[in-house]
Amino acid sequence: MRMLEIGDFGKRFTIHHLGQTMHAVEHIDFSLDKGEFIGIVGKSGSGKSTILKSIYRTYLPDEGKIIYNSERFGDIDLSTAAERQIIYLRKYEIGYVSQFLNVMPRTTSRQLVEQALLEMGESEEVAKAEAEKALIHFELDPKLWDTYPNTFSGGEKLRLNIAIATVKKPRLLLLDEPTASLDHQSKIKVREIIEKLKANGTTLVGVFHDIEFMEGLCDKVYDMKTRQLVMQAGVVSES
Amino acid sequence: MYEEPILQVRNLHKQFGPGCVQCSSSSDRHLEKNYCPNCGTVYACQNLSFDLYPGEILGIVGESGSGKSTMMQCLYFDAEVTSGEAYIADGHETAYENVFELSSQQQRFIRNHKYGMVYQNPVHGLKMNFSSVGNIAEKLIAAGNRNVADMESTSKTLLESVHIPLFRMKEAPKNFSGGMQQRVQIAKALSNNPPILFLDEVTTGLDLSVQANVLDLIKKIQRELGISMIVVSHDLAVIRMLADRTIVMLNGRIIEEGLTDQILEDPQHAYTQQLVYSLL
Repeated sequence: MRMLEIGDFGKRFTIHHLGQTMHAVEHIDFSLDKGEFIGIVGKSGSGKSTILKSIYRTYLPDEGKIIYNSERFGDIDLSTAAERQIIYLRKYEIGYVSQFLNVMPRTTSRQLVEQALLEMGESEEVAKAEAEKALIHFELDPKLWDTYPNTFSGGEKLRLNIAIATVKKPRLLLLDEPTASLDHQSKIKVREIIEKLKANGTTLVGVFHDIEFMEGLCDKVYDMKTRQLVMQAGVVSES
Repeated sequence: MYEEPILQVRNLHKQFGPGCVQCSSSSDRHLEKNYCPNCGTVYACQNLSFDLYPGEILGIVGESGSGKSTMMQCLYFDAEVTSGEAYIADGHETAYENVFELSSQQQRFIRNHKYGMVYQNPVHGLKMNFSSVGNIAEKLIAAGNRNVADMESTSKTLLESVHIPLFRMKEAPKNFSGGMQQRVQIAKALSNNPPILFLDEVTTGLDLSVQANVLDLIKKIQRELGISMIVVSHDLAVIRMLADRTIVMLNGRIIEEGLTDQILEDPQHAYTQQLVYSLL
């Protein structure tokens, strides 16, 4: 089943104080089926994150279509969907994980994961139980559950971020350079997490800097340089 | 669209002054910011239209003088609009009637039953010499309550939920710190279970720790009571934490609206870009 189809997508940024318009990306085409994992690779500045942020509508897309197969709305073009529909989809269907953690001040790790569920309308008991499960699943040290994440290490913040995003069981999960700035051990942990998500049938779009990390994990790789899909991660050339 | 807005505002317009030949046409107005240099008329709010949806927090940002507070005062009937419409869809007899054209009695009903307001300055929202409990009871009486025991227990519950120690509930807000006054104001605004809550710069001037408390309280109210809120702030960090969608105002006009993270990361208007570049 087709989950996401990006057709002739492009994004420009108008910088008013320079009087300039910059093309971040253009003519992007790819699609993926339910349960697939597509990795987007390319140099920094090539527009990888721009694609991801446009799917999540943090950026306003300018050109082309981003058709997502929603459980609630059917096929919907994310580039033109109403804001309230996007808010619904973010709450129930589409998750986004970056290396940055942007959360309410003075809220503990446990509360952050619970709130994600409470906002979906889950009961307090369910939220509590599911949150603990998620924190265990993503191996966040129980000593950190009732502390505030401001002082967490990069890897701990990331795992908490993934726990918050995945506890809602999104159908589509966007991963924006989740492994950047992590050491090798933490990267391996993230890789295991992604394997678990894949095994659960989550459809994933990931942006990665380091190609070796993707090897064997992605079903498809989209190369920003050639604007082509490559079927196996191993064959993308470093550029 | 898949849902109905709870509040629809259409062409809300508020001017101070009669206007003149140079400034009275809405499409071709020669103003300096929001001020007509010829006749001195101030156009505080010009044709503001937006929707508020059930359970959402709508953020309004803009610099001082952009018309944010005037808009809130108009919506809450503290100030009279020059023209415009607003509709509340909340199953009562005045649903789908332009609330700006209702009688003052009907407007009072809406204020007492449908709206809550938290002002930037607690002096406007509280009677500083009344006890905190008395302040809440005042709103409850306005909403039709007459049972003293009930009102006292409701007030206690509310003050507890905003973390005011109950041994101080008989004290007047004038004895309280700014953060505590703000929380009493929030308790008062919530006392009639309003479906719509207006919050005007509620964290401005509070220290970071108290601000965190108030933000947490607002989020909790949204999550647990499903109240729709309009939050006015010039602090983008506050808006980022609270609002799902955000409207940017400049010189009495809406210049941009969108998802809050989109406004902050991909601002379209030159002014919004400057605002975001200024963010610490």
